[in-house]
Amino acid sequence: MSESAKTILLKPIFVNNPIALQILGVCSALAVTTSLQVTLVMCVALTVVTAFSNLFISLIRNYMPSSIRIIIQMTIIASLVIVVDQFLQAFAYEISKQLSVFVGLIITNCIVMGRAEAFAMKNPPLPSLLDGIGNGLGYSIVLVVVGATRELFGSGSLLGIEILQKVENGGWYQANGLMLLAPSAFFIIGFFIWVLRNKQTEQVEHNEFKMAPHTIEEVAH
Amino acid sequence: MSSKDSVKRTVLIALCLCVVCSIVISSAAVLLKPMQTTNKELDRNKNVLIAAGIFDPAINTNQDVPRLFAEFTPRIVDLDAGAFLTAEQLSDLGLDPATYDQRTVANDPALSDSLSKPEDIASIQRRVKYATAYVIEGSDGNLETIVLPVSGYGLWGIMHAYLALEGDGNTVIGIGFYDHKETPGLGGEVNNPRWRALWPGKSVYDEDGEVALSVVKGVGDGDHEIDGLSGATLTSTGVARLLEFWLGDDGFGPLLANITRG
Repeated sequence: MSESAKTILLKPIFVNNPIALQILGVCSALAVTTSLQVTLVMCVALTVVTAFSNLFISLIRNYMPSSIRIIIQMTIIASLVIVVDQFLQAFAYEISKQLSVFVGLIITNCIVMGRAEAFAMKNPPLPSLLDGIGNGLGYSIVLVVVGATRELFGSGSLLGIEILQKVENGGWYQANGLMLLAPSAFFIIGFFIWVLRNKQTEQVEHNEFKMAPHTIEEVAH
Repeated sequence: MSSKDSVKRTVLIALCLCVVCSIVISSAAVLLKPMQTTNKELDRNKNVLIAAGIFDPAINTNQDVPRLFAEFTPRIVDLDAGAFLTAEQLSDLGLDPATYDQRTVANDPALSDSLSKPEDIASIQRRVKYATAYVIEGSDGNLETIVLPVSGYGLWGIMHAYLALEGDGNTVIGIGFYDHKETPGLGGEVNNPRWRALWPGKSVYDEDGEVALSVVKGVGDGDHEIDGLSGATLTSTGVARLLEFWLGDDGFGPLLANITRG
């Protein structure tokens, strides 16, 4: 693999992470991360869709009339999502039942559309495919961290296998109900971004404004 | 501007794309349809078995479902008449117990009735005229087990479940929720095996023949009441209303009364 291909594939995982840096696709990260198994399936589904939508859009990018380019992108993405949904219903019925509407919502996931418009429209098919896989993996790593934390502390289990024995089942662990609600995903993503930006300080944004010094001297009350 | 932005070209590209995409989607849908139907059926049958306490997810796998389910016979119930449809009535109505799906006909005016506000305690809006019950008959033709489909509104949406009763039409064998949208960890605990273990052995009706099986706040009494789920008051109320409706006069009440008398 050439150096540039490697960069395209690996850069979105930590350096240019779609969720942590681009802040795209957060909505589904909140909704599907209550259990790790469901999270993993969602990650695979999204990676497949991003990779192939990038590939197909890049293949026809030179023939695309610019006036209907967004419509064409949406049609390709929507078709891929429907196919993925059909496959899930056929091969992983239980999980597709739990994911329910969220597979369909991949269509509106900003990562897919964002990568199609930002990368696939300007680059040849192979790098676009790699970029799609890379961004899918970048999304996946955040989701897996969030999903694992939420399932472990919210249900005391990982992939459905009990790790912290819950009080309800005669153990000692009082499950943290907050972990199963959407806000907890926000907190975990927040912590993820904090840790990431501590390691990679160039991701820290500059202040948009600075408080001006006081113009008159403060009077003591 | 290049020729690729001409009107003719735009329409042509759009048309080609639509054709290609529709072929891809329809072939995926058609090719995978048989597997999806099998999955749905397997899932439904498995939930009948779970309600009847025959299927233990810790021991049995999906492969056991067809063998275990073979014991059951699907029978269509005429809810108003409170009786199973005879073979003659079935052919008159054009219904087949093996394929009839009451959830797909729930909005069909020919096969369902709308419920008035006071009747509709389970908030399901329409009730089917015919429902599929799964029965096990003993060697002497006596009813041993009857599994009833029930549904009602919880907190976020309609919960669907199977309730299994013994042949006396009164003693509960178990319940299994197979489709619900309740909050995981709170209302979602309707499917917790430890909560479901509270159900077997309870009686549906009291001495006066009224529906007494219910879900109550706190700890239930011995015979009819089941402890509510903590942190899920609305879900528990939903389950209680679902029982009241489906075991009452508008639900399977008449059928169960006939079974007990017969």
